[in-house]
Amino acid sequence: MRTLLAFIALTCAAHAESILIRNATLLTVTKGTIQNGSVLIQDGKIAAVGTNLSAPAGATIIDASGKFLSPGLIDCHSHTAVEGSVNEGSLSDSSMVNIADVLDPSDINIYRALAGGLTVSNVLHGSANAIGGQTIVIKLRWGKPAKGLIFEGAKPGIKFALGENPKRQGYPSELFSSPAAQQRRYPGTRLGVEDEIREDFTQAKIYQTRWKLYNEDRAKGVHPIPPRRDLRLEPLVEVLEGKRYVHAHSYRADEILALIRTADDMGFKIRTFQHVLEGYKVAKEIAAHGAGASTFSDWYGYKYEVIDATPYNAAIMTRKGVVVSLNSDSDELQRHLNWDAAKMVRYGGLTPDQALAMVTINPAKQLGIEDKVGSIEIGKSADLVLYDKHPLSNYSKVLKVWIDGHPYFDLDQDLKDRITLADRKKDLIAKEKAEEDTAKKKADTERRAVDKKEGKLPQEGAL
Amino acid sequence: MRSQALLLLVAVSAIAADHESLLIQNVTIHPVTSAEIKGGSVLIVDGKIAAIGTKLSARGAKVSDGKGLDLYPGLINAGSNVGLSEISSIRDTVDIDEIGVFNPQLKAEVAFNPSSEHVQIVRAAGITTVLSLPSSRGEEFSPASAVDAPILPGQGALMHLNGWTWEEMALKRGAALDMLFPIIPSVPRREQTIGGPPQRTYSELEREYKVKLEQIANFFEDARRYAHAKAAGEPDFQPDPKLEAMIPVIEGRRPILVRAGKERAIRDAIEFAEKEKVRIIIADPHDIGSTAELLAKHGIPVVLGETLTLPLKEDDAYDSQYALPGQLFKAGVKFCFGTFDVEFARNLPFQAAAASAFGLPPQDALKAVTINAAEIFGVADQIGSIEKGKLADLILTDGDPLEATTSIKAEFIAGKPVNLESRHTRLYEKWNARP
Repeated sequence: MRTLLAFIALTCAAHAESILIRNATLLTVTKGTIQNGSVLIQDGKIAAVGTNLSAPAGATIIDASGKFLSPGLIDCHSHTAVEGSVNEGSLSDSSMVNIADVLDPSDINIYRALAGGLTVSNVLHGSANAIGGQTIVIKLRWGKPAKGLIFEGAKPGIKFALGENPKRQGYPSELFSSPAAQQRRYPGTRLGVEDEIREDFTQAKIYQTRWKLYNEDRAKGVHPIPPRRDLRLEPLVEVLEGKRYVHAHSYRADEILALIRTADDMGFKIRTFQHVLEGYKVAKEIAAHGAGASTFSDWYGYKYEVIDATPYNAAIMTRKGVVVSLNSDSDELQRHLNWDAAKMVRYGGLTPDQALAMVTINPAKQLGIEDKVGSIEIGKSADLVLYDKHPLSNYSKVLKVWIDGHPYFDLDQDLKDRITLADRKKDLIAKEKAEEDTAKKKADTERRAVDKKEGKLPQEGAL
Repeated sequence: MRSQALLLLVAVSAIAADHESLLIQNVTIHPVTSAEIKGGSVLIVDGKIAAIGTKLSARGAKVSDGKGLDLYPGLINAGSNVGLSEISSIRDTVDIDEIGVFNPQLKAEVAFNPSSEHVQIVRAAGITTVLSLPSSRGEEFSPASAVDAPILPGQGALMHLNGWTWEEMALKRGAALDMLFPIIPSVPRREQTIGGPPQRTYSELEREYKVKLEQIANFFEDARRYAHAKAAGEPDFQPDPKLEAMIPVIEGRRPILVRAGKERAIRDAIEFAEKEKVRIIIADPHDIGSTAELLAKHGIPVVLGETLTLPLKEDDAYDSQYALPGQLFKAGVKFCFGTFDVEFARNLPFQAAAASAFGLPPQDALKAVTINAAEIFGVADQIGSIEKGKLADLILTDGDPLEATTSIKAEFIAGKPVNLESRHTRLYEKWNARP
């Protein structure tokens, strides 16, 4: 019956429905754990949270006895749903390109991530250049067109990259391993990466001033020729004006500190350092700048610049006042960020609440959407995940996922759909084969007709 | 430390002087092969488990209070490149994937670096033994279609993650012969080949595959002739290290660990094993198709690779890889787990737990990373469970070692206490203290 109701909800487009999830262990993240708790969802939002909620008339009731409810998980570093390559690596600053233009809403990894409790992703470019391009925050509304994925009201961002990746295309030709079509280009050192970003912002500030003067003149009634629009510098001006967040791929402490100082000098803020595996060495400076850190739980050993990686990174940064999240950077890892969070209890002794915050409210804070998602609180979007066990247990499994109060994943339904889909696949294969056979027969008949006409058919008895 | 005369209240034998002994008391023992024992004690003498019980005492033995924690056997990662590869992207630090098609004489243990940072990092996760393999993951990474791609890259060794030299660490040399079974790679779709080198056709790839199968058959035939010539003491017999290394294989004493990712390769490998009368273990399968029953029927064990990996096909169920271990379990296939890498080798227990969330009973997930691995590689008389007479490879935890929230509090390898510090903890301590 519950499944049936969920199925009806899944197929029903309207927001009007109320859902009451009862008797769950609520992991609110910001307001502690509530045993035998209930959450009322109305109009896509969390309308009430408590222990003795009664269902409004007509509400769908879900008995979640023995189960755990958490806010939807949030990934601050993803490349899911990007059509084609994630790098526009031809320039060292490609800030004119935008991920929103290449969102692929049919990427199956969206559904797979949903099945792991993920509801929000920060979709970024790769790290081939110092300034990589404009980024977008999405909700994993599987089945909606690309525009329907975009997280309304979430500030857009821009990807920066420091260290080995952006300097690789500047290596001397004997070390140059990129495809031949790519030209060797500046920068080829961390010194150059630092300078590149500084040069770009110097230009952006001149551009910003030109427009300022132009607009001042216009206000005075003068009509000068407007400055030529520069699509590369415009997003950087937005960064200077606080309208766009900077997400900076980084590993080593030196490059992290250098970017902080560039930002200080140029008058902008780094919103998050991404990966930031040596963030623990400059945690004080990151915290003072007000940047967040979006890191891996325990990655190490895969390249030289991660030589000083340690899974205790998140714990040290947390204790030094940095808002820390754990990201996936991977279509697979995004399917179980809760298990990555669990590792933080082992590495550095963070509490389960602190660990869970790293994949919910903390990434929400880093993306400036903490008033809308990231915890179970009245007024926030009903982005919720129901688990059979505590999500920090490696034996736990996601049962249901809601976004804006809509069920977007339901395990029971998924299991049923498998049978239907397998049947449909069989039918389609049979149909395709039948069509092929018909086409072949038709072609044969036609060929025979032509051959007969041209007298090519062997005469009976000729052999 | 040296003990004087020991007196066991429950254990039968008195133990002579001049033996190193340690009594771990007040722990919940999880032997894996039998029921758990609350308030238990384990007596270690000369690196081996001498007694297990609830009321053990041993005069003269050093006593360690387990404070009510849990005692498990050390975990086994049955497929890795630990010790042979340091930073995977920097070739100078990597000693896997040697040049050559048939190299059965190469031995992983001789290049196992005891000072590798990974040794300390991996054992801190409760893993006391790894199978170190001389090759990377197989068809995905080494172009198995290339004519000169390795087929027999060398022997894997079971290594204890404690010791001053690789000789001290080697628990079982030549534990398995690594094999990258030839496949017919799928021909890429047209759009993927634009700008790249010209693609070979299916029939060309099939021809190469058949040539390689023939090469394998010939190599095994050569090995048999060699063994025969040696046994017969033929006067013109000349030793050959490559063929010498094949004798334990053709005699069935050394299993072949066959990397077979897909159904076709698994079926080929089974056929190959039947024909050559060799013992095989299937490694790192991800698309088993309908071979589970076949594997069970032939009693062929499996080393599973990462559970946490994406489905192979777009329309596969989202959990198709997560559910694979559970499917093998239901079919009655014996299996253990490996990670087939270095930098995630420590996460082995979480791969087993994830399999458990998707259908593998929890007790069998634990067996898969302990006793099953020991049985599959023929060392169940030494490791894999807490039983009298086995090596004291033990981990003391504050809970289930397959849970990430659990901490490993102490560890013993062959009875010796192991330092749980690593580069990771040292960096933590150093930088946590930065004012």
